[in-house]
Amino acid sequence: MNRISSFNIVSLTLGFAFLYIPMIILVIYSFNESKLVTVWAGFSTKWYGELLRNESFLAAAWVTLKVAFFSSTLATILGTMAAYVMVRRGRFAGRTLFSGMIYAPLVMPEVITGLSLLLLFIAIGLDRGVLTIVLAHTTFAMCYVSVVVSSRLVSFDQSLEEAALDLGSTPFEAFRLVTIPIVAPAVLSGWLLAFTLSLDDLIIASFTSGPSATTLPMKVWSSVRLGVSPEINALSTIFIGIVTVGVLIASVVSKRAISRRQAEELAAES
Amino acid sequence: MKRLFTVIPYAWLIVLFLVPFAIVFKISLSDYAVSIPPYAPTLDIAGGWQAVKDFLGELDFENYVFLTEDALYWKAYLSSLKIAAISTVLTLLVGYPIAYGMARAPEAWRPTLMMLVILPFWTSFLIRVYAWIGILATEGLLNQFLLWIGIIDAPLGLLNTPTAVYIGIVYTYLPFMILPIYAALDRLDPSLLEAAEDLGCSRTTAFWTVTVPLSRPGVIAGCFLVFIPAVGEVVIPSLLGGSDTLMIGKILWEEFFSNRDWPVASAVATILLLILVVPIVLFQRQQQAAREAEQ
Amino acid sequence: MVNSTVFAPWEDPGQTPLIRIENVTKRFGDFTAIDDVSIDIYTREFFALLGPSGCGKTTLMRMLAGFETPSEGRITIDGKDMAGVPPNKRAVNMMFQSYALFPHLTVWDNIAFGLRRDRMDKDRVAARVEEMLKLTQLQKFAKRKPHQISGGQRQRVALARSLAKAPKLLLLDEPLGALDKKLREETQFELMEIQEKTGTTFVIVTHDQEEAMTVASRVAVMNHGKLVQVDTPERIYEAPKSVYVADFIGDVNLIEGLVASVGELAELTWAEGKAPLIGQSGASLKAGDEAVFAIRPEKIAISREEPEARNRVRGKIVDIGYLGNLSVYHVQLPDGSYMKCEVGNRSRVSRRDYTWEDEVWLSWTDTAGLVLPS
Repeated sequence: MNRISSFNIVSLTLGFAFLYIPMIILVIYSFNESKLVTVWAGFSTKWYGELLRNESFLAAAWVTLKVAFFSSTLATILGTMAAYVMVRRGRFAGRTLFSGMIYAPLVMPEVITGLSLLLLFIAIGLDRGVLTIVLAHTTFAMCYVSVVVSSRLVSFDQSLEEAALDLGSTPFEAFRLVTIPIVAPAVLSGWLLAFTLSLDDLIIASFTSGPSATTLPMKVWSSVRLGVSPEINALSTIFIGIVTVGVLIASVVSKRAISRRQAEELAAES
Repeated sequence: MKRLFTVIPYAWLIVLFLVPFAIVFKISLSDYAVSIPPYAPTLDIAGGWQAVKDFLGELDFENYVFLTEDALYWKAYLSSLKIAAISTVLTLLVGYPIAYGMARAPEAWRPTLMMLVILPFWTSFLIRVYAWIGILATEGLLNQFLLWIGIIDAPLGLLNTPTAVYIGIVYTYLPFMILPIYAALDRLDPSLLEAAEDLGCSRTTAFWTVTVPLSRPGVIAGCFLVFIPAVGEVVIPSLLGGSDTLMIGKILWEEFFSNRDWPVASAVATILLLILVVPIVLFQRQQQAAREAEQ
Repeated sequence: MVNSTVFAPWEDPGQTPLIRIENVTKRFGDFTAIDDVSIDIYTREFFALLGPSGCGKTTLMRMLAGFETPSEGRITIDGKDMAGVPPNKRAVNMMFQSYALFPHLTVWDNIAFGLRRDRMDKDRVAARVEEMLKLTQLQKFAKRKPHQISGGQRQRVALARSLAKAPKLLLLDEPLGALDKKLREETQFELMEIQEKTGTTFVIVTHDQEEAMTVASRVAVMNHGKLVQVDTPERIYEAPKSVYVADFIGDVNLIEGLVASVGELAELTWAEGKAPLIGQSGASLKAGDEAVFAIRPEKIAISREEPEARNRVRGKIVDIGYLGNLSVYHVQLPDGSYMKCEVGNRSRVSRRDYTWEDEVWLSWTDTAGLVLPS
């Protein structure tokens, strides 16, 4: 018993050390005085100052946020619809193709998706810029959303929707008043996932953007290809910080919701 | 309503996912041209039926022939498959014990452990790869550390080698391996292990005869989720692999952005897609089977 | 006393028990799951651990299997102390409540699983599996996976698998809990038959008192980690030693009062101006003790005229439950309390003798009730 659990503790410790040490190092060296990232020369926040004065970074960040917001919202709407169809609409003509198109983008190498979308945009004569990146991101992110939402839909009792129909609602009302509120947490996490995927994407954005639109990952890419730079460390630290705070808040909120629910259930029992 | 819900995403995916592949295939049959767009012929629908015929007549498999003649390409395909396969195995070896440890951890820890696995996934992929440059460089932290504790006398040349690519892939794709395996292990009914022990298994035999076979769907899903995208990986070989590491995603990228040879890039993409169709279809089958087993 | 034709090794001081549970206590943190329990179980017994959920019966069984270790006390099986012996080294097998059939293996491989662990050669494994399939009538399903067979068949696979190694002791954790009522009753008799055929000692855990009474040679009633009574089903029903057991097993009317006198029979005063109730004295009681009079509904007679029995009360019928083979009358006494009385329906009830609001007498013989310490 003890032997196994100590083995587990060792594997968890090593595993998480492997996952986190590189990021911790990144954060530490963002406060390095020296331009040489591998030599510690004292504490400084000067790289954060430089980063914030760098207007091209700020512009790229703005483009990235815009793209992420619009594409994740569109992807959430489309992905939720697709999930509903996949789970609730039994067999229909073309279902295999449909589910194929939902699952394939999850594993499709980004170079292929990016290249093919670019060639499409050129073929139909669409000017490349924020719009084309949004369309491209929506396409692959909606598949992730649909997977997240359908896993929630699978686990929820279909008789709830049937009850709504039985009580006189139209199918659309049943969807809006019963299905959506129940799958809302999954829809929200789908949206967040789509948002981060869009923030994170380099390859597809590089293919589908034009000279007018440079996203933050593209900016970072062109700078890190030249080697390590403390400004990028500072940017990474800001990014890691935002994500960590966001995830912590989300987990505290959901933990509170769960414990409140448990307390309510306990109160109802007695 | 169900019809409407089917039609909208269906149409979207056909236009923005399926049609683009057809275009890629078409362009892979065209010739390189110094023009905008940089390929010929282009179809001029206004020219009527004759124009379509002329257009079709000019398409050929020249680019594919070119790919087979130049050793660079097929070596790059093979080396991509090899690197992806080795990295998948390594990721499995690293990920399984972590997933197992999570599934055996006290109930109260599990949401936190889960969050710790997902957290790196939310932070930028590019940043996570970038973090390793500073660690693996010749004057990087790993070499400094190893020199300091005296294991090595001279710094190791780790950056710009296949080893660095393996590390990069294992590191960035690890959550994709851990999560499905953890999900499979978490579903495993603990009374099955007790039953195995009751019937005479030691803990180790119970692990190999019950836990491992029952976590197989998770292992398979995890391997697909790592292997398929790793074959077409661009960022990791570009940043960590240096010029020695041949990977087809990187070649495609360079063919497109540096050489601006769109027809060849399209041919490279088409073949890559053909190679990946088998694992993608298998993955999709497996996902569907898993979902049906749940329902 | 000892009747050689009846199976009752517990009454024979010359017999050594197969399993001795001696002063076993099990604590999980502050919670005491098992509190100083001692039981002897004999070879070939069909022994039932009965109690409500959370009473510790499952913990006790898991200690026999080796999944839990006692905090105090000792368990011996066949004279061997089991302390430190892991589950895989015990000649004990368990049939799990969830059946715990391996979903990736066929019925055949599930049954063979334990045999293969013993490095038994292939032919002997095959012979033994076939024997088990035949015993449980599963030959047709050998090639199927657990999800391809019905719940009742799964239950039989679990039984076959746990019996395949011919254990000295078979533990059954709520083995029939997942089956519907009719199938459960059939399976109870199958279990008894298989137990007799194989001669294995069975220990069954259940919360279903009817099931325990039907299958077991002896029943141990547990509550809050303590052993309340160990006896044959007849004695548990007819001579419960406490109000808890009387109330837990079957239906019973309970009337509180004070012991008036104890002799061959005990008298209990229960209401002012009423004649005392007379019944057998269940345990050591003395005059003046608070006590409870327990009488089973089927032992009560109902009549319109005042009966001659010494134990009689008058009341009004407030409810009649028709159960097919019998009818249950709920009678309200003048003090407001209720009593239940069951009357068998020998002939068809086209015309009931008694109906709602009827004033009736309830009566029972001097030996029908029990006076128990409260």
